[in-house]
This record gives sequence, C-alpha cells and structure tokens, in this order.
Amino acid sequence: MSAPAIEATGLVKHYGETVALGGLDLEVPVGTVLGMLGPNGAGKTTAVRILTTLLRPDAGRATVAGFDVAEDADRVRSRIGLTGQYAAVDEHLTGHENVTMVGRLSGLGKAQARARADELLDRFGLADAAHRATKGYSGGMRRRLDLAASLVASPDIVFLDEPTTGLDPASRLGLWEVIREVVALGTTVLLTTQYLEEADSLADEILVIDQGREIALGTATKLKADVGGETVAVELVDTSRLEDARAALVGVAGGEVWVDERQGRLSFPAHGDAGRLAATVRALDGAGIAVADLSLRRPSLDDVFLNLTGRAASEAAADAATPTEASVA
Amino acid sequence: MSATSASTTSGRAAAEAARNHKGTIWRDSPIVAIRNLRRVLRQPQIAIFVLIQPIMFVLLFRYVFGTAIPIPGFDYVQYLMPGIIAQTLVFGSATTAIGMTEDMKGGIIDRFRALPMSGGAVMAGRVVSDLAINLVSLVVMVVVGYLVDFRIVTSVGEALLALLLLIGLTLAFSSISAVIGLAVKEPEAAQSAGFIWLFPLTFISSVFVPTAGMPAPLRFFAEQVNPVSHVSNAARALTVDGYLCGTEICTDPTRAVLLSVVWIVGIMVIFVPLSIRMFRRLE
Ligand SMILES: Nc1ncnc2c1ncn2[C@@H]1O[C@H](COP(=O)(O)OP(=O)(O)OP(=O)(O)O)[C@@H](O)[C@H]1O
Ligand SMILES: [Mg+2]
Repeated sequence: MSAPAIEATGLVKHYGETVALGGLDLEVPVGTVLGMLGPNGAGKTTAVRILTTLLRPDAGRATVAGFDVAEDADRVRSRIGLTGQYAAVDEHLTGHENVTMVGRLSGLGKAQARARADELLDRFGLADAAHRATKGYSGGMRRRLDLAASLVASPDIVFLDEPTTGLDPASRLGLWEVIREVVALGTTVLLTTQYLEEADSLADEILVIDQGREIALGTATKLKADVGGETVAVELVDTSRLEDARAALVGVAGGEVWVDERQGRLSFPAHGDAGRLAATVRALDGAGIAVADLSLRRPSLDDVFLNLTGRAASEAAADAATPTEASVA
Repeated sequence: MSATSASTTSGRAAAEAARNHKGTIWRDSPIVAIRNLRRVLRQPQIAIFVLIQPIMFVLLFRYVFGTAIPIPGFDYVQYLMPGIIAQTLVFGSATTAIGMTEDMKGGIIDRFRALPMSGGAVMAGRVVSDLAINLVSLVVMVVVGYLVDFRIVTSVGEALLALLLLIGLTLAFSSISAVIGLAVKEPEAAQSAGFIWLFPLTFISSVFVPTAGMPAPLRFFAEQVNPVSHVSNAARALTVDGYLCGTEICTDPTRAVLLSVVWIVGIMVIFVPLSIRMFRRLE
C-alpha cells in the first residue's frame, strides 16, 4: 500500500523548562482522519505547527505527503491546508477576498481563485456574507471561512487545530458537517480536539496525548470500551465525604469507582444498565450522604484521562499551565 | 499519492495548479501589497494619519516656527518643504513595523508561512504598500506647500531625481522598520520602538533649522553623518536650487546626492537580507 500521508517519529520540542513534546510518534494513512485528543497544554498545537512547517522540532523527524517537513518545506506547503487554533482571517477583507488571496498565493490563477472562492463560500453557507468584511462574522462563520481558505487549493492533507473550540453547539454541529464533507472527498485529516465526542464523531483513529506524549491510540470504540461506555456521575453536597461515598458505591459499581477530587465528583461505568442510577441513590441515601447532582454521562475526555492516567484532564491541563493559570477550574 | 481530495472539476484543476507551486517574489508581492492597501483604505483612522498630519505639520512649521527661524538666503517655506517631506516619509516608514507585528499577532503571518509563497514577498509587499501610502502623504504635502508659497524652481529632471531619493529614503527606513517589527513582535512594542529613535534622528538634522548653530557634536552628526540631512539637502539642491552647507549656500547637489545614495544603498544592503532572514526564522 501507499506510504502514510503523515508520519512523525520522536518529535521533541522544549520551551525552556516546559516539555511541549516529549518524543511523539504518529502515522496517518492516506484518506483517513486522525483525532489528536488532549487537554490544554498537551502539545497539540506544537505538533500541528511542526507538521505544517511553522516550527522546527528540537529532535525527531516528520514527513507530510512523503516530504520531509524540515528539508522540503515548500513541497509540503503546496500539499497541505492549515486551519490554526485561532482563525487566521483578515478582518478588514471580505470573506471572498480572504479566500481568493489564499488561492492566489497557493498558485491558482486570478479567475480560478475567484471561482474557487465562490464555490467554497457557497458550499460552507457563507455566500450571503461573502462580500462583507469578516470583522462582522460570528465565531462559527470565521471558522468556516478559515476552513474554506485552507481548502481553496484542494490540498491532499488538512490540519485542523481545535476547529470547534469556543463554538456554540449548533455551530459545532454545522462545522462537523463541513468537516465530514471534506473527509468524504478523500482528504487526509489530522484534527485536534479536547472533546472525546468530537474525535469519536469525526476520526477513524484517536491519539490521546498528555504532556507531549502518547498515552493511548486506537479507534473510538476501543477507547470507549476501555473506559466502559456511559458512566454514572455523582456530585456530592459535602465534598469532604467523597471517600465515604466511594466506599458506599463499590458494591453498586461492581468494580472501581473513580474519584475526581478537584471537581468533587465520583464516577463509575454504567455498563449499559440504567438501573444503576436508582441503586446509586439508594446506596448513598443509606449511608446518609447528600447528593447534589446525579447523571448518566457519555464518556468524556475526563473519563478517558481518569482511566488512562488516574487523574482528570483538567488536572493535566493545570499541570501543564503556569502556576498562575493553574487555578482555573 | 492520489489527489482524491479534488472531486469537483474546479477542485481538480486547483489541486493541479497548486501542486509543487512555488511562488516568486514578483508574483506574490503585488498580491500581498494589494491586500495591505485594501486594509488601509478600510480603516479611516489611518487616512487621517496619512493626510491630516502632514498638512498640520506643514502649516505649523510654516506659520508658527517659520516666523521665528530666519534662514540666511532662504524663504523659510523654501527651506522647510524638502526637509519636512523627508522627515514625514521617515516617520511614515515606521508603520512597516506596526503592520508586520499586527499581521504576526493576527495569525496572517502563520497563514502565509504555511503557504508555498515567497517569504520575501511578505516583506516586499509590506514595504511597497507602505511606500504607496507614503507617496500619498508626499503629494499632499507638495500641494499644501504650493498653497503656502512653496515653489520648485528647478527642472523637471532635477525634481524627479529628488523624488527618487525620497523614495529610496522611504524604502531604506521601511526595511529598518521591518527588522524592528520582526524583532519586537508585538504591535505595542512596535509603536514605541519603531518611532522613538526617529525623533533625535529627524530633529538633529538640517530638516527644520540650519545646523551651524548646534553644539559641536550635534552639529557634526547633523551635517556629516545623518542620512536625513543628506537627503533633505539633496532634495533642496534639486528643488529650490540650494542648501546650507555650514553657513554657506551650496547649489551643487553632487555631494549631497552621493552621500544620500551611499546611505540608502548601505541601509538596504544590510536590512533587506536581514529582514528576509528573520522572517524565514520566525517560529
Ligand atoms: N511559544 C511558546 N513559548 C513557551 N511555551 C510554549 C510556547 N508554545 C507552547 N508552549 C507550552 O508548550 C506546552 C504545549 O503547548 P501547546 O500549545 O502545544 O498545547 P495544546 O495542546 O495546543 O493546548 P491548547 O489546548 O491549550 O491549545 C504548553 O505547556 C505551553 O505552555
Ligand atoms: Mg493548541
């Protein structure tokens, strides 16, 4: 079979004391979608910037479309599209001018770039706003515009760095639709996200990273099976009783109960049995522990993290952040 | 690898055009420059800077300072105009640093760097669009100058040579400004680092007043070193037919023109490659 669209081995990047990437390997076969899942500061953007030729790694090497990102940057650039974490649109230009400019700079002729801009803006639901300055665009519109600009030259490989972070649920679903269309055309996609649900819905394979290292790799089904599907999540009124509650719930859970001290929450796999909710209430009631919130949750990044590393994603993000930022919940 | 991503005909054609494309500075600079000019035209506050400030300066110096600054052998407005045009262009070139840093902050530079375009075109496009805007300031100043009795008394050829030197000065200072922008990276820092050194440079010069009365070290700098003086003097010789060399009036432009050219070329030989190198090394 053909060589992978993206291949990286031993990528290392330090920022002073901070290890942004601590030896990351990855491989994305042609025409597939890799979801890179990790909390704030995990190293997602650093990896994307290295793979898109914007940043030089301290060690390791990577090829994209078969070309070395360090030695053959221009050839790599002529085959990729990048939608960065923060939309890189020129707010004083119109949507159409933004896409046309990127098309021209990618090698398209004048008329060709304009026609592609019309086509893509139409496809992404931006036709009405095409000739307005983008500073009046909503967050979701900017994201779609940024994506349209990345796709203007029909790249073989597209990088999407947290394409839906900060969007409301409706815009998020809209963007998922657009990304699925891109994938359906056979484009290879590497997307980063903090949401397991997003990786689940878009990616063929999920690479979970923490502190610049792989901590899990597999299909969404496998990861979720590892976590145990849906979980029962309990929040207590009095968080000093987390340990008592854990003891009271071991029987109901029929196995391990995870305690997230930071969020004052306990959770355990539901194993597809909604009856466990009632059993949970009874067990806690019997132990005299007041419940603030009880829910059946689909697995989140937090659950994957708890399962894989024994700590919550939010803690991992706090560890990665500078001390002043660490108190953000 | 197969270009499977291009399902539509236009998509396939686009993929075809983009594959292995490598932009040249000639192809990409105009695209970048037009984008920069569009931005300026859509921000009225910049138009104020470009149009109102030069008018204000000409009128203030002509009518407030001019009445108190006697220049032997010159009407003050004749002495002032070539110099104040040079000074305005030097200040105008500091916008290059601001534009560069705004683009870095706005993520557009990252977008450019991930494209197979010419890196030099990002710099060249910026410098060229800034030059175009500065030339608007220049035209405005000449027009206002004519309204307040400034007159070019030399031949068209000489006046055009003066214009060329002023353009060279602008390009040279834009390239210094580009390096400052790439070094400081933040628009706020570019605001101060880009402008602050231009005050001593343009005031310790022959721009506004004769240099003969300055304390010896300042006088030496203003007369012998400062490129803004040399270009102002050359522009005077070539438009109002004379400049002050010390306390004398010199009408031969040769020395001032040569010194101007040496400075302009010298600055560009250092700062143009340096800016392109710094751009390539951005992370
Ligand atoms: N330019 C930089 N200077 C210093 N430290 C940096 C720089 N860029 C990233 N880092 C640090 O490297 C680590 C990885 O950052 P990176 O931006 O790759 O994470 P991320 O997974 O993209 O996070 P987020 O979800 O917040 O975007 C973090 O600890 C971050 O603080
Ligand atoms: Mg990031």
